[in-house]
Amino acid sequence: METPLFTYPFSIGLMFIVSFLLVVTCIWLAALSKSDRKLILKKIPGPASLKAIGETFMEALLHRKIFRKNPVLGYMHTSLAFGWFLLIVVGHLEAAVHYHTFSFPLWKSIFFRYAEPAPATGFAGHFFATSMDFLLLLILSGVGLAYYKRFNSRAFGMKKTTQLKVGDRIALTALWLIFPLRLIAEGVSAGLHRNGSFLTQPTGNLLAAILPLPLLEKPVWWAYSCALGVFFVAMPVSRYMHIPVEVLLIFLRRYGVRSQKHVNGYTRVQVFSCSRCGICLDSCQMNHANIRNTQSVYVLKQIRGRRLSDEQLFNCLLCGRCQKDCPVGIDLNDIRITQRIESTAEYNSTYDYLKNGPSPQADVVYFAGCMTHLTPSIKKSMQKLLNYAQVNYWFMDEHKAPCCGRPLIQAGQLEAAQKLIANNRDKIMQSGARTLVVSCPICYKVFSEDYKLPNVRVMHHAEYLLELVNQGLLPVHNSPKRVVYHDPCELGRGSGIYDQPRQLLGQYVELITMKHEKEDAFCCGGSLSNIKISMQERDRIRDHVLEEFQQYRPDQVVTACPLCKKTFTKGTEVEVRDLAEIVWESVSQQIIAAQPPVKQLEPEEVPS
Amino acid sequence: MSKPKKVITIGGGVAGTEVSSLLAELGYDVTLIEKNSQTGGKLNGWSHLFPTGRPAAQVAEFLQHKVQRNSFKTICQTDVSQVVFGNGSFLVKTSGDERLPADAVVISTGFDIFDATRKEEYGYSVYENVITSVDLENRLKAGAPITTAAGNKPCRIAFIHCVGSRDEKCGNHHCSKVCCVTGVKQATELAKQLPQAEIFCFYMDLRMFGLPYESMYREAQEKYNIQFIRGRLSEAAENADGTLQIKAEDTLSGRPLKMQVDLVVLLVGMVPGKNTAHMADLFELQREPNGFLQTEDPHLFKNRSSRKGVFLAGTCTGPMTVDETLDHARSAALDIHHYLQNK
Ligand code: SF4
Ligand code: SF4
Ligand code: SF4
Repeated sequence: METPLFTYPFSIGLMFIVSFLLVVTCIWLAALSKSDRKLILKKIPGPASLKAIGETFMEALLHRKIFRKNPVLGYMHTSLAFGWFLLIVVGHLEAAVHYHTFSFPLWKSIFFRYAEPAPATGFAGHFFATSMDFLLLLILSGVGLAYYKRFNSRAFGMKKTTQLKVGDRIALTALWLIFPLRLIAEGVSAGLHRNGSFLTQPTGNLLAAILPLPLLEKPVWWAYSCALGVFFVAMPVSRYMHIPVEVLLIFLRRYGVRSQKHVNGYTRVQVFSCSRCGICLDSCQMNHANIRNTQSVYVLKQIRGRRLSDEQLFNCLLCGRCQKDCPVGIDLNDIRITQRIESTAEYNSTYDYLKNGPSPQADVVYFAGCMTHLTPSIKKSMQKLLNYAQVNYWFMDEHKAPCCGRPLIQAGQLEAAQKLIANNRDKIMQSGARTLVVSCPICYKVFSEDYKLPNVRVMHHAEYLLELVNQGLLPVHNSPKRVVYHDPCELGRGSGIYDQPRQLLGQYVELITMKHEKEDAFCCGGSLSNIKISMQERDRIRDHVLEEFQQYRPDQVVTACPLCKKTFTKGTEVEVRDLAEIVWESVSQQIIAAQPPVKQLEPEEVPS
Repeated sequence: MSKPKKVITIGGGVAGTEVSSLLAELGYDVTLIEKNSQTGGKLNGWSHLFPTGRPAAQVAEFLQHKVQRNSFKTICQTDVSQVVFGNGSFLVKTSGDERLPADAVVISTGFDIFDATRKEEYGYSVYENVITSVDLENRLKAGAPITTAAGNKPCRIAFIHCVGSRDEKCGNHHCSKVCCVTGVKQATELAKQLPQAEIFCFYMDLRMFGLPYESMYREAQEKYNIQFIRGRLSEAAENADGTLQIKAEDTLSGRPLKMQVDLVVLLVGMVPGKNTAHMADLFELQREPNGFLQTEDPHLFKNRSSRKGVFLAGTCTGPMTVDETLDHARSAALDIHHYLQNK
């Protein structure tokens, strides 16, 4: 049989998308650093590739993570992606078995029922015909759900769904048409040639009863092929680019490529990997302040379209809740910070007034941080505890020291931050200390990730106090107070420290377990990273969090971040404390209890 | 003559006692509900009043005389627990299980003092030598000499204006109006008591709105050598010897400033009282964005709430001096009188 004309839209579309993907992949790989490219070349022949294949299967086809988050949504994605994948593979096998070879023109497997009008024979023929119908049915059920979701996203446990642009509309319409058209095309052929199975044959019979099939056969196959072709051509300007690009992302990630502090090929790959599933919309607390256009999915979309406004870019808490939920595993926080660095005119202070005298020698350096200086009770508790445990420490920023640099990085001022970092790093290294203790999770994050302090352990005071307790240097005493522990974003999701604060706290008070804690913890709303939000909007975000705390009727709200403490204190009558304060309160009470009682003077003895 | 109409006053501070006295004098059947054990409100804790320097106790005594003369019913240590709205009348239920009918209600629940621990960076209740203007006033009233926590005479004292007022971060946008002049008054009193001490006031801008206030301010500078520095305090830190290191920016010279002082006095602002908020809920009244009760018209009907028959007197509607509170209470009495006459 000659190649029918109607297959051309499909073939041209396919050729287009394949060449397009090859070109962009090359461009993106070229935009990686040399070391990244070396890394990839080195790892391609290794186990990383196998793991990437496995992950592609689990995530890009089976969508395991979406399943976990939301089974109905997961089924929709799986039935479409995995169903389509199998349809291609099984279709190909069917053709290969039929022709007894793998070398046949591609169109013959895609349009098999047209190419081979004879009814299926033998076990293999029936098996394949039934399987293909079954797969088509599976996909159609997914398409049906997708229709339903567009009109009723609440049924999926999702409050919002993303808005569509022209490219998306075209691609979406094409995608929605592909499978119904395939059913009709195969149905028409089945009606004419009786080569269908349990789904296509009855469809064909039904159509035969009402329509002049011989006239229709070519046009419906044309329509099917056109839908495929349009889908492929519209793909680069639609969200469906995520289908192939996510695979690339999985491979690059497995090869060890990571986000940098500047936009590179990996950033582009991540941006195009977003499927706009909208899961991140539901995670975002900006909703509580009625801010609904700055969430990650929108930011990625605007980066793609090069239309990102500062308003959107900076109106975000960098709390990381969306990143934790993103099924594609995009580094949403890093992308936003990188983008901020790119879009910010550098603050051009030389900081040459920063001088470094000789640092005193000490075993431990204590860095309270700017925020802790605004919550002096935390600072004071730490000083008392360190003194009590007789730690040989140097309070580095007691009188003056620059900021740790993290807030500048979050605001996009990387170069300025690096000057502060260099200054602080010198001081720490000069002191000869092996441990750096910080009271603020924001500082913790930058000291442990950006400072490069060889042979120095960076510890948040939650970890360090726990160590002192475990070494017996601080007494413990359990009080009957019931408290909730609030995980600060930068310590929890940002640095993965969930257990040490709880272990420490558990020795002093009774800890209540909450619904939203650890990875799912809320942001207090006070985040320094958002420089666009108003105070009233922050308050709404905070009040929402406090409402959850209230449900557990705690005696105290405990956190491990001066900023969280400040934020919550303003919104509640319940006592808000930092871990260090809880420990010091308990230790100081025991010191008092251990002292011999003061002798009471009789009234007449009172010296006048 | 028919039975006198009934008025309930909620809150027995300066405004509540004054409005009750006047209405009783006009022949109404007044009941005053006070949550504390004693009427008189915060005036009882003040030492001397600006701008005259008259002992607060004298004014309190005058008001008390009026109360006694007009002998209306006062229920102390009682809260309002529920309100039932009738047709132009009210039924007020109290925590003491009383059910009091009323033809009109006056809300005079006043203000609360801003809780300075919410501004932790200033170190109140963390550092012993950080006190509030209310603490200072109470100490002045008690007649005790003003010392540091260690019992020494303070050599350097800093007054900090606008603590908890005009501060978005505290959620309070409003100016509390009275603290600037209170600061001038207290600084002058300290200068008299401790002539050797250096006294500084850190302000954003000085609001000397009353006729004699400007002269008080001038006198504070010229006669008592009090130094006024335009700049907002950023934080206070404690030195090992208990003295305080304060950081601010001198916004006139544009330079960051650090200073060591022995005593810090925070001029705490006025915030809508908890009880005021409670009344707004019970009576379903509109509040201003800053939380004070909304008046029916800011020019013409400053004693009427958003609900007919519920009147407002004093600082539940916003910051006022003692004198202004008395004026507001008196105009409330007159407004209620007209209302009840025409009812
Ligand atoms: S960023 Fe992640 S969670 Fe958000 S829409 Fe894209 S893929 Fe979904
Ligand atoms: S980081 Fe937080 S605030 Fe920002 S978009 Fe994600 S969930 Fe929303
Ligand atoms: S009166 Fe003065 S100190 Fe008080 S809030 Fe207004 S400006 Fe600030």
